[in-house]
Amino acid sequence: MIKAILIFNNHGKPRLTRFYQYFAEDMQQQIIRETFHLVSKRDDNVCNFLEGGSLIGGSDYKLIYRHYATLYFVFCVDSSESELGILDLIQVFVETLDKCFENVCELDLIFHVDKVHYILQEVVMGGMVLETNMNEIVAQVEVQSRMEKSEGGLSAAPARAVSAVKNMNLPEIPRNINIGDINIKVPSLSPF
Amino acid sequence: MSDVVEKTLTALPSLLSLDSQPGAGKLSVTSKLGSLIRGITELTSKHEEEKLIKKELAAIKEHVSSPNTTLRQMKEIMVRAIYCEMLGFEASFCYIHAIKLAQQGSMFEKRVGYLAVSLFLREGHDLLLLLVNTVLKDLQSTNLIEVCMALTVVSQIFPKDMIPAVLPLVEDKLTHSKEIIRRKAVLALYKFYLMAPNQVQHIHDKFRRALCDKDPGVMTASLHIYLQMIKESPENYKELAGSFVVILKQVVSGKLPADFSYHSVPAPWLQMQLLRILALLGKEDQRTSEIMYEVLDESLRRAEINHNITYAILYECVKTVYTIHPKSELLEKAAKCIGKFVLSPKINLKYLGLKALTYVVQQDPNLALQHQMTIIECLDHPDPIIKRETLELLYRITNAQNVTVIVEKMLDFLRHSRDEYTVIGLVGKVAELAEKYAPDNSWFVQTMNAVFSLGGDAMQPDITNNFLRLLAEGFDNAEEDRQLRLLAVDSYLSLLGGEAASLPQPFLQIISWVLGEYSYLKVGQDPTDVLARLGALLERHDITTETRCWVLAAMGKLCTTDGALRRAREVAHQYSACLDTALRQQAMELELLGQDAPLRHRVLPHDASCEDLEVDSSLSFLDGFVSEALALGAAPYKPPHQRQEELSQHKALNFEPYGPSLPASLSACSLTDRQSPTAMSLSSGISGNSTEQMQKASSNTLKLDGVKKVWGKEGYLPQKEATEEAPPPVASSAPTPSCQQGGAEHTQLAVSSAGEEEQEKRQLAATLFVGLGSQNSLCLMGKPDAAPKRIWRRQRPDQEALDGGSRPPVSSVDDTLDGLFDDAVPDSALLYSLDGPSVPQSCLDGGGEAAGGSLDAGMEPALALSPGDAPGSLLPPALLALPRSDMEALCSDGTLSVCACKVYQRDALLLALFLSNACDLPLEELSCDVTSEEAKVTDGYTTAASISLLAGRGVAVVLHHLVMELPSSQAVVAVRVSYRPGAGAPTQQAVSLSLSLADFIRPLPVSTEEYGRLWLSFSNDVKQNLRLLADSEDPLAATLAALKDKLRLHIVDIIGAEGIVACQLVPGQPCLLHCHAHGGTLTAWLRSPLPTLPDCLLYHCQKAIEES
Repeated sequence: MIKAILIFNNHGKPRLTRFYQYFAEDMQQQIIRETFHLVSKRDDNVCNFLEGGSLIGGSDYKLIYRHYATLYFVFCVDSSESELGILDLIQVFVETLDKCFENVCELDLIFHVDKVHYILQEVVMGGMVLETNMNEIVAQVEVQSRMEKSEGGLSAAPARAVSAVKNMNLPEIPRNINIGDINIKVPSLSPF
Repeated sequence: MSDVVEKTLTALPSLLSLDSQPGAGKLSVTSKLGSLIRGITELTSKHEEEKLIKKELAAIKEHVSSPNTTLRQMKEIMVRAIYCEMLGFEASFCYIHAIKLAQQGSMFEKRVGYLAVSLFLREGHDLLLLLVNTVLKDLQSTNLIEVCMALTVVSQIFPKDMIPAVLPLVEDKLTHSKEIIRRKAVLALYKFYLMAPNQVQHIHDKFRRALCDKDPGVMTASLHIYLQMIKESPENYKELAGSFVVILKQVVSGKLPADFSYHSVPAPWLQMQLLRILALLGKEDQRTSEIMYEVLDESLRRAEINHNITYAILYECVKTVYTIHPKSELLEKAAKCIGKFVLSPKINLKYLGLKALTYVVQQDPNLALQHQMTIIECLDHPDPIIKRETLELLYRITNAQNVTVIVEKMLDFLRHSRDEYTVIGLVGKVAELAEKYAPDNSWFVQTMNAVFSLGGDAMQPDITNNFLRLLAEGFDNAEEDRQLRLLAVDSYLSLLGGEAASLPQPFLQIISWVLGEYSYLKVGQDPTDVLARLGALLERHDITTETRCWVLAAMGKLCTTDGALRRAREVAHQYSACLDTALRQQAMELELLGQDAPLRHRVLPHDASCEDLEVDSSLSFLDGFVSEALALGAAPYKPPHQRQEELSQHKALNFEPYGPSLPASLSACSLTDRQSPTAMSLSSGISGNSTEQMQKASSNTLKLDGVKKVWGKEGYLPQKEATEEAPPPVASSAPTPSCQQGGAEHTQLAVSSAGEEEQEKRQLAATLFVGLGSQNSLCLMGKPDAAPKRIWRRQRPDQEALDGGSRPPVSSVDDTLDGLFDDAVPDSALLYSLDGPSVPQSCLDGGGEAAGGSLDAGMEPALALSPGDAPGSLLPPALLALPRSDMEALCSDGTLSVCACKVYQRDALLLALFLSNACDLPLEELSCDVTSEEAKVTDGYTTAASISLLAGRGVAVVLHHLVMELPSSQAVVAVRVSYRPGAGAPTQQAVSLSLSLADFIRPLPVSTEEYGRLWLSFSNDVKQNLRLLADSEDPLAATLAALKDKLRLHIVDIIGAEGIVACQLVPGQPCLLHCHAHGGTLTAWLRSPLPTLPDCLLYHCQKAIEES
């Protein structure tokens, strides 16, 4: 079972946190801080697995993380989950974000934390993996946003605003989360 | 990064305002979110951030409470509140508004509302009660999205006591036409199952329908439930193994639609889940394992594409192959796969390779030998995680020969590790290895010194306790003991003399104790000097009060000379006015003991720390004081339960269950017949507690490591022969000169360009892996550890404490039988014969000298029975009178077969194992080992009963007493029998046997008055409606009688429509049941002092009623 999902940036600022097991508020913050501390001091050429440490369940729990450009995606899972399986699940999640936001960047996660949560809800439900097929996840999210559009054009405005910002094309911004992985190339996904 | 955000954010408001003509109100809120984020990124200190967010929260608070705020604005406010909460600032005033939003909003506002609720509120928050109606409404909605949202929120935060309210509706969703709804409903039910298995007990057949669902997605979801249920009781689902194999076969061969593929691998996550289920089903079960060999082979073969996800499948596959009943071809292939992992340049795969090696190395040490060079390289890997995993692997292969090298490596790692958590874990392992395999005393003392200094203050206390116990109790050899203690004293004195490094507190405590107890052993050591060194400790400011107490206690033992006495008195005087009471007491004692030498000798005799003390537990020496106090008019003492009872009478709170009348409004919202709302509110506080316990218990079962394995006779023997032909590289690379000369060719062949560094590594490998290859035959039979020359850890400490002195060996058959029924003697591994005195004779005849030779050293007499007896009649006559289960055949390998029978004793479950020899030849070194995680097998040290010899065609009976200290709905008992047939190699059989909670339940004979008193003193309760057996005149009596039959309960009384029943869980934990019959249902209310007992018992009551 997945116990928590944390997304924070290179400076340790949380961008999305979701706990599937109860932790008190200050404990949650401590977990985020400690996880950032553990993860951020690791190079890119070491393995993507860590043991949970004393805060979050001891040796039964594992931290599985990926680092994309400015963001860390960390899944905290118990021993019943497969390490490599979760690693690919993170990839699926990020690719889905990429598809839903059209070149996702940290800003999208900041301004649309609610939408990211909705996407996450279609991937993981109550700590269990619900869906691993990106197209299926995107379809579910789209059904919901279609309703949103039909309900009122206004709520779509901030999305447009941010994408307008994105289209200003500031060259020095590392905007896109780099999905390039050792094995996974995003373009090769099209045959789905 | 922050300047990027800043630039973007400065651009944002203008963009928004361009876009904002129609909805200015809402957008101003959005830009507030923008400005909030911008503000935060601009800040540099945590303090400023706090100030800003406090301000923001104040603004939000003002907004939400204003009546003019529309729901749409509320939605934006919620997002801001979510943001603040994420940063760790509580916005509790928003919670109620989030619920309101979920209740009243249109679909979109509702979505935000639900999201906020599931992020803000934890499971069991009081406000959740307000959400029940909304969720019920949405579950019945025709809008799919609303149903989805409701299901999601239910699975995320609904507590146990609210499950009955939504359960029927969620159940209905299992037959919904939409696949996504069915899938979410299955997952929600899985969550319910985790929280309260007995509440979803009645829908197991629906789970099965979900497993057979036409949509593979729903089937996948249902596997979560099956994985969990199979983990709990694999034997109930053996018949499903075939179906899982068929499913996996179809998936592997690509029968699923392309939608389910991920990087052209068909449904990888589904495959992993299925493999895990198969591992559980095939474990220790040859027949079931045979069904899956083919598909496992197929999986191993198919997974060849070089992608992460195929490695994920391979890894699961390898684990499954090594968990189920072994098949040599598969094992070979799996071993090759592990090789692929270990040798991979990708670090993630290497990590998993090491993990897989750790998992299998106990069964197959050769594998570690094959990869020894890689393992050595991993020891110096820059990634500490890899290093730690390697040490874990080395820990598993430690034996008496390589212990020094491995411990040295571990200590090296510890010296460089900063992470407290890692240190604590590893320190425990080093201590364990040192105790088990220490080659000599001085090494042991040195290693333990390192352990204590590296372990720091946070070390687990049992490490220090074990060490002191070991030192105090010693071994059989008095000279060795003296030497060890002397070594410890010497090294501690020099440590204190150095005093440069500040040692951790636990270490200082050990030093004080050892010096106090044993410094007299050192000839010529002046106690004054020792006392002075200890006294110097007291001067330091960094030692805790607890340590000071230890130091003072040690001083008390040392003041044997005038000088020492004087110093001790000074110290005592110094601390006699101390504010800390414990320390002051020590000081007072020190002062008194110093003055009175005879008293000191009586209280603190030399080397008597292990002698038994007689404790007057009735405190009779206080009688005079008490009667005096009573005479002076003091109130008599009342035990706690009596006080509580009086208190509750005083307050006149009604603890009795209410009648069936429900408020109309509540029953309307589908609270149905499963649980009445009164119970819901009554038990909410307590049930939270028990959920936690349940979750803990279930997390215990998740551990996959250290799985014991059966190795059949044909198991892995072919592999062994193969390695014998090609001798393991250890021999050739051993650093002895003769070997290097003799095996020069070998070495050159292996590494032609071996540099000096390489040579070093090889040498290290040779020392690390020594002793692994040579005993393959032994290891393969499941006994990985070659018995060390001397067993350091002789007894498990906690049990030692229990028996106090040494247990007298059971000397005669009569004694044994007497002891069996004597409550006071917890002797559980008993062997006896039926035929009385004539049998020992026959045993001697059959076994001849071999028997005489092995029957030494205080072993319990092992007697074989004459063949031809039906096993049932083999029980001693006194046991035959007790209720018992049918004989159950556990395992058989043609030579030895094992049957079990449960005898329900009043205060324990007696597990009788019948070991019958099917051959004409005698079996030697027969021993039987019974362990269980859930139940406590009461026995002295191990549960091994050493029956030295079992004559041909003979039957031996081994008895074990089992009690369940922490309730769990079932207990798995692992039985391991090992023996050596004649001249053959030792063989082992292992089998597990599952016992139900009902096996541990006994009637509790109490009167109605006693029942009433007990009822009030128990705090953990559970209430639920059960079905009433309808087909009789008096349904209540019939149902209770059925329960009594099945579960051995005691019916205290039946008054009208109510019945009270009492039972106990051996060893003596009561559980009370209050039943009320109305309509067709029986409302059962259970109470017990143990938090999980009512839950577990209720589950079995439910089962018993279903069955009758």
